Amino acid sequence: MQEFDAIIVGAGPAGLRAANNLAKAKFKVLCLDKKQEIGVPKRCAEGLGLGWFERLGLKPNPKWAVQEIEGAALYAPSEKKVELRFKSISGYILERRVFEKELAKETSMNGAIIKTKANAFAFKRNSGKVEVKVNESGIVKEYAAPLIIACDGVESLTARKLGVNTAIEIPDYDSGYQYEMANIEIPDEKLIHLYFGTEVAPRGYVWIFPKGKNHANVGVGIGGMNEKTAKSYLDKFIASHPGLSKGSIIEVNCGCVPVGGFLDDMTADNLLIVGDAAHQVNPIHGGGIGIAMEAADIACDTAIKAFKAKDFSHEFLQQYNSHWYEKRGNKLKAILKKRMMFENLKDKDFETLAESVTGDDILKLTEGDLVGAAKVVTKKLIKYPGLVRVMLKYLK
Amino acid sequence: MAVKNNAEKCCYCGGCVGCCPVMAIELKDIRIMIDNEKCTSCGNCVKICPVGAMEVLR
Ligand SMILES: Cc1cc2nc3c(=O)[nH]c(=O)nc-3n(C[C@H](O)[C@H](O)[C@H](O)COP(=O)(O)OP(=O)(O)OC[C@H]3O[C@@H](n4cnc5c(N)ncnc54)[C@H](O)[C@@H]3O)c2cc1C
Repeated sequence: MQEFDAIIVGAGPAGLRAANNLAKAKFKVLCLDKKQEIGVPKRCAEGLGLGWFERLGLKPNPKWAVQEIEGAALYAPSEKKVELRFKSISGYILERRVFEKELAKETSMNGAIIKTKANAFAFKRNSGKVEVKVNESGIVKEYAAPLIIACDGVESLTARKLGVNTAIEIPDYDSGYQYEMANIEIPDEKLIHLYFGTEVAPRGYVWIFPKGKNHANVGVGIGGMNEKTAKSYLDKFIASHPGLSKGSIIEVNCGCVPVGGFLDDMTADNLLIVGDAAHQVNPIHGGGIGIAMEAADIACDTAIKAFKAKDFSHEFLQQYNSHWYEKRGNKLKAILKKRMMFENLKDKDFETLAESVTGDDILKLTEGDLVGAAKVVTKKLIKYPGLVRVMLKYLK
Repeated sequence: MAVKNNAEKCCYCGGCVGCCPVMAIELKDIRIMIDNEKCTSCGNCVKICPVGAMEVLR
C-alpha cells in the first residue's frame, strides 16, 4: 500500500490549494478527484472579488480572469436599480475550468500527485493512519496517510464516513441553476447584475455575471425549502427578458450551496474538513472560491504543525477550528444574521430600498459595518417603520 | 421507502448527496446511485434538486 503524508479528497479550489501548499512545503501528497476533468463541469457563477486576489496572493491571469468587474447593479422587482460602481476594478469573472487546471499544473509541478477519475470511496482508521480505497477508472487501489483533508464539496461523504456528520439541512441549503449564454444583451458588462424579488427568486436572486460583451453566466439561487425548482425560476426570468431569450445556451450548470449551518468542529482524528465540505461559504451571496482557498491555507498551517509534532489526534487538529473562526468564520456568522433579515423582506421593501438607499449604503452593509449601515438605512427609511423594524432586529 | 432519479433531467450536481441524512445517495461519474434500503423517503433530495430530477416513490 502506497503511503503519503496527506491524502486530499477533491481537486476543486480547496483541494488544489491545500495540495499545492503541502507540496510546496515538501510533504508527500495525493490529491484525488472522481471527475474526469479538473474544473468541469463548473458548479459556479465564477465571480471572485479583488480582495480575494490580494488575500490569496493571486495575480489575475487573462487566461482565466476573463472579465474585469467594477461593481454591481441591484434590481428591485420593478427593475428599478441601485448601482454600486467602484472607481477601479473590484473583481473578476473567471473561467474556472482554466483557473483550476492552471492551479493543478502548478500543484503537480510542485510535487503533488493528482489523480482524476479517482473516487475515494472507503476509509478505515488503522494504527494511526487512514487507509483509503480509491476506484481509479474501474481499478481499486489502496493508499494510506496519517492525515486526510476532506475537500470534496457539497457532496462530501469523506468526513461522514470518518465519523463527522456534515449533512446539510434544507433551510441552510440553496438550490442553484445556471446557463452560460452567448449572443445576449447585457446592460453593462463591467457590472454584475443581481435581480431580487419573491417571484424572481425566493431567498435568493437571479444573476448575470458577464464573461464578455454578449456572453455571461445567467443563473438563479433560491432557498432549498422552495416547492418550485430553481430551473423553473430561471426559465421564467429568461423568457420575460428578450435580451436574454434571443441568445443561445452554450452550457447548463447546476449546483447547491451550503449557505449557513457552519460546523463548530471541522476536525476529527486524522481529519481536516475544508471548503464547501465544511459549509465554508458566504451565507448571503453563496460565494465560496476565495473562502475555500483561504480555509485551505489555515488548515495547512495546522497540518504542518501536526506533521512536526507527529500528532494527528482530534485534540491537536482542533486548532484549525479556532484559527478559521477568528480569521473568517465569525465574520460569516455575522453575515448569516443579515441573510435572515433579507429573507424577511417583501417585494415592496425591495422597491422602497431601491428608491431610498444608495450604492454606498449597500456597500456598508455588505462589508459588515452593521452599526453604520443600520444608522444610515434607518434614517433614510424612517417613513417605513415596518421595514425599519425588520432591519433593526437583525442589524443590531 | 424509495426515491427515483430521472437521468434525463439530472445534471449530476450532487446537491442531493449533501442533504441526504442517511447517506443513501452517491454520485458516481454521471450516475446517481440510490440505496433504497437506507432511504427514508424524507424528501430532502426532492426539495433541493434544482431541476426536479428526484421523485419519492409511494
Ligand atoms: C450555482 C452556483 C454558483 C456559484 N457561484 C459562485 C461565484 O460566483 N463565486 C464563488 O466564489 N463561488 C460560487 N459558488 C460556490 C463555489 O462554487 C464553491 O464554494 C467552491 O467550488 C467550493 O470549492 P471546494 O473546493 O470546496 O469544492 P468543489 O469545487 O465542489 O470541489 C469538490 C471536488 O471534490 C470532488 N469529490 C467529491 N467526492 C469525491 C470523492 N469521493 N472522491 C474524489 N473526489 C471527490 C468533486 O468531484 C469536486 O471536484 C457557486 C456555487 C454554485 C452551486
